[in-house]
Amino acid sequence: MRTGLIAEKLGMMRIFTETGEHVPVTVLKIDNCQVVNVKTKERDGYTALQLGVGAAKIKNTSKPMRGHYAIAKVEPKKHMREFRVCDDAVVAIGAQLLPSHFVVGQFVDVVGKSLGKGFAGAMKRHNFHGLRASHGVSLTHRSHGSTGNRTDPGKVFKNKKMAGQLGAERVTVQNLRVVSTDDERGLIFVKGPVPGHKGSYLYVSDAFKRQLPESAPYPAACIMPQASAQEVQQVASPVQETEQ
Amino acid sequence: MNLLQQLEKEQIERHIATRPIPVFRPGDTLKVSLKIIEGTRERVQNFEGVCIARKNGAMNSSFTVRKMSHGEGVERVFPLHSPLIEAIEVLRRGDVRRAKLYYLRGRTGKSARIPEKVTQRPPKGSAIIAKATPAAAPAEA
Repeated sequence: MRTGLIAEKLGMMRIFTETGEHVPVTVLKIDNCQVVNVKTKERDGYTALQLGVGAAKIKNTSKPMRGHYAIAKVEPKKHMREFRVCDDAVVAIGAQLLPSHFVVGQFVDVVGKSLGKGFAGAMKRHNFHGLRASHGVSLTHRSHGSTGNRTDPGKVFKNKKMAGQLGAERVTVQNLRVVSTDDERGLIFVKGPVPGHKGSYLYVSDAFKRQLPESAPYPAACIMPQASAQEVQQVASPVQETEQ
Repeated sequence: MNLLQQLEKEQIERHIATRPIPVFRPGDTLKVSLKIIEGTRERVQNFEGVCIARKNGAMNSSFTVRKMSHGEGVERVFPLHSPLIEAIEVLRRGDVRRAKLYYLRGRTGKSARIPEKVTQRPPKGSAIIAKATPAAAPAEA
């Protein structure tokens, strides 16, 4: 099992294919997604990659977390999450994962937090029909109606569909096709809608119910930490610039 | 301009490079050439009528063409940037004072006519298109 990626939802647009078909796509941004920690079977009891994405201000990062990032030699991250992987799909700490991790045409599952609708009635939340508009119904046209029988059960059964919080929950959308990827700008184009508002973080992983194409890079498509180490050196020596 | 708008803009630029879009507005009579794919064979079908509406929205732009076919009004909405449209040709420029000519729907015959625009000046915006696509400039002028 390969690792997934943390993505930011940018919004939806349309793409016309060469054959003239119109494809509605969601644009996902992979913003500097790096491996921050590796959980191993010997030490932690399971194998997983801890990924971080985005850039957080250092002043807003707690001291213990600063230490955690310093060990991995990565910049503070805005959002982190673990992805369980197979023992042979471990990626080195500090490696930056790329959108080309997913090949065009493969299917992915996307996990996100759906739009919150607040405390919603039974009609909106469970598609109830409500009561009648006339025939003696007064002031309760959108209510759910009866919730049970009489003395015999003498209670409302558990899981009775009633009004309550709608949305703002974890939602998984399965089997979305990857239309294209863009490593330069860090973008993945996925066919169809995904949960959440623009700017929310999503977890994109290989589709659980589909075969992974053989062309998919294993264990992952990434820039190894050596390259990022050079960048760190450049950042760490600003003295030369000031002298000039 | 956010990244999404940037992506749409690039896609539109790529598309306009392959098929320039002439300047047209509601009231103009258009000939839209459509690519029709039947199995492996590809042919071109023309749809000729009056443009009664334009909807602007980057990649989502579209225009509506209305024609009378065997005494029955037929309307088709085309996505402006669809690759299936091979060419858009302006046959006649109409003189109208509305952006949406939905009032034509209730009319037939004499009352559904649109007077032709008689003007010395080139249509608004043609200078920009001519600059962008030199090949299309003689046709516009």
